[in-house]
Amino acid sequence: MARIDLVDLAHSYGGNDAALESFALKPVTMTWRQGGAYALLGPSGCGKTTLLNVISGIITPSRGKILFDGQDITPLSTQKRNIAQVFQFPVIYDTMTVGQNLAFPLKNRGVPKAEIDKRVAEIGRLLDLDPYLNRKATRLTADAKQKISLGRGLVRSDVAAVLFDEPLTVIDPELKWQLRSKLKALHRELDLTMIYVTHDQTEALTFADTVVVMHDGRVVQSGTPAELFDKPAHTFVGYFIGSPGMNILPAEVRGREARIDGHVIALNRSYDRLPAGAKIEIGVRPEFVEAVAPGPGLLTARLERIDDLGRIRFARTRLGDARLAARAPAGFSSPDGTAGLKFDPSHVHVYADSLLVEGAA
Amino acid sequence: MDKTVNQKAWFLVLPVFLVVAFSAVLPLMTVVNYSMQDTFGNNQFFWNGVGWFKELLDPSTDLGGRFLASLGRNLFFSMVILAIEVPLGIVVALSMPRQGWTVAACLVILALPLLIPWNVVGTIWQIFGRPDIGLLGYVLNAIGLDYNYVSNDIDAWVTVIVMDVWHWTSLVALLCYAGLKSIPDAYYQAAQIDGASRWAVFKAIQLPKMNRVLLIAVLLRFMDSFMIYTEPFVVTGGGPGNSTTFVSIELVKIALGQFDLGKAAALSLVYNLIILIVCWIFYTVMTNAGVERRTQAETEPAAARKPVGALQPVPALQPKEGVA
Repeated sequence: MARIDLVDLAHSYGGNDAALESFALKPVTMTWRQGGAYALLGPSGCGKTTLLNVISGIITPSRGKILFDGQDITPLSTQKRNIAQVFQFPVIYDTMTVGQNLAFPLKNRGVPKAEIDKRVAEIGRLLDLDPYLNRKATRLTADAKQKISLGRGLVRSDVAAVLFDEPLTVIDPELKWQLRSKLKALHRELDLTMIYVTHDQTEALTFADTVVVMHDGRVVQSGTPAELFDKPAHTFVGYFIGSPGMNILPAEVRGREARIDGHVIALNRSYDRLPAGAKIEIGVRPEFVEAVAPGPGLLTARLERIDDLGRIRFARTRLGDARLAARAPAGFSSPDGTAGLKFDPSHVHVYADSLLVEGAA
Repeated sequence: MDKTVNQKAWFLVLPVFLVVAFSAVLPLMTVVNYSMQDTFGNNQFFWNGVGWFKELLDPSTDLGGRFLASLGRNLFFSMVILAIEVPLGIVVALSMPRQGWTVAACLVILALPLLIPWNVVGTIWQIFGRPDIGLLGYVLNAIGLDYNYVSNDIDAWVTVIVMDVWHWTSLVALLCYAGLKSIPDAYYQAAQIDGASRWAVFKAIQLPKMNRVLLIAVLLRFMDSFMIYTEPFVVTGGGPGNSTTFVSIELVKIALGQFDLGKAAALSLVYNLIILIVCWIFYTVMTNAGVERRTQAETEPAAARKPVGALQPVPALQPKEGVA
């Protein structure tokens, strides 16, 4: 178990001389707390698997250092780093029984037999694999196989961290839920640092206490699910987290007012020192915009359709070129195809060049 | 499940049936016919029943003695070359590069011996091993080894075995290489994470994943080496004495040397049966041992699933029997 520090870490598959913009993983400095449950969230190709493989040592980074408890382990091979990783597709050793599969990482490290048997029995029990321990692993179903892979990741009690690379991709949705809550329970029970890579926000938000969002090779925000929801640090986070994503609208911001098409939207904070020449946008989650009947003092948008999600309804509207989703309260209807929009000032954020700007009180 | 009944579909099989009948079944029946008769030339035949078969299995007769001795030599030869070529092929496959231009270079170099016609292979080694003008024979004698495959039994055997290893190890290596290439990277990465040593990776991942291609390799090499004729015939002609006379060489001696068509036909049939039975036993044992691996067959590449075709070379036997 260890704290993991990434210092100015970057990686390019094209070698160190490639232009920084082409790096798969752009320089990142961050700390992973011991015993934390992290999710690494981002769309395909954003660099999350690269980051994971750099931490586990499968890839040697082009630049920067990785510290385990302050000790530089960047040059060490995967075998020498104390790390476990579970891959997207189940990897099982065909000729071995389930129990032997679970024991494999321990046996390779010369752990005494009594200790191995104890750990295997314990992990087998935690993952509900104990009826199968003496069966050949090849005949099991995909999810049982993936459980074995998970088990091999968890069987060593001394690992610095357990890394999961989209481990539930091959699992049926029904079992996904079970396995995910199992992982969460295991995290509490075993007190291991876990890093979970996924492109599924539900998976990330339910598993982790800290979610790290990556976009285009950069870590754009790391925080609790609530932080990501309430205060996205980057327009991408706002857009990627939440369903539907945050509304991002180009606007002119001066002081406590944002102007869209000459219409004024009140802001809770004052933005006087915005960087000159930057692209200014406001972002507000659909949950904090209400679609009402058009009226004086309200921004008016063209209504395209209403999505009924059962528990809540969202009005999809159009403002010039921009699209905007808004909560449609019960009884809302629009006979003429337009809707007035009521913004909640405390949840309207201002972004300069996609980055959140903190206003003055 | 209900099957559609359509008897007309049999007509689709008819062309194949005809081709097989004329290319395999009818020639084979000729051999069966001869095996029951004795001939003294002049196209005169006398009924002999199962006489030749009885003699074949009785070591005290001339025919039986020759057959069983050459069969023993043949089995010994097959065992020896399998014991060398399979491990050697695996080692070669493991040490081949996995990417880059060197892969193509290695594949071409490995494939070269396979492309050389068999009697040319025999000629190459026949000359290569000659003590007077052959590079190998001359050098061996120059460094003080008394090497002469024409007069010494052991030298003749070593030459024939080394020649076969040189000729066919590539096949095993290429098959193993294909098996190795089909292993996803995740397996190696997982093994790294699990701290597996090189040997553990081989035992836990590579060997089990090569299992099916190795089955094909062993089957092919067993059958080919059991039917070997051309190369030893060109190099040693079955000598010195009878020391490298394998079953096929004995067969040709009887059929063409002595023109004993009845004996030769009986021998061909027994020869054919032995190969069929050994391959069947071998295939059944190996696939039953691999029953547990079946479930994962769908994840395996199509190339690894060819063993069914491995039983096909049986028709390839026929040309040799046609000689009889």
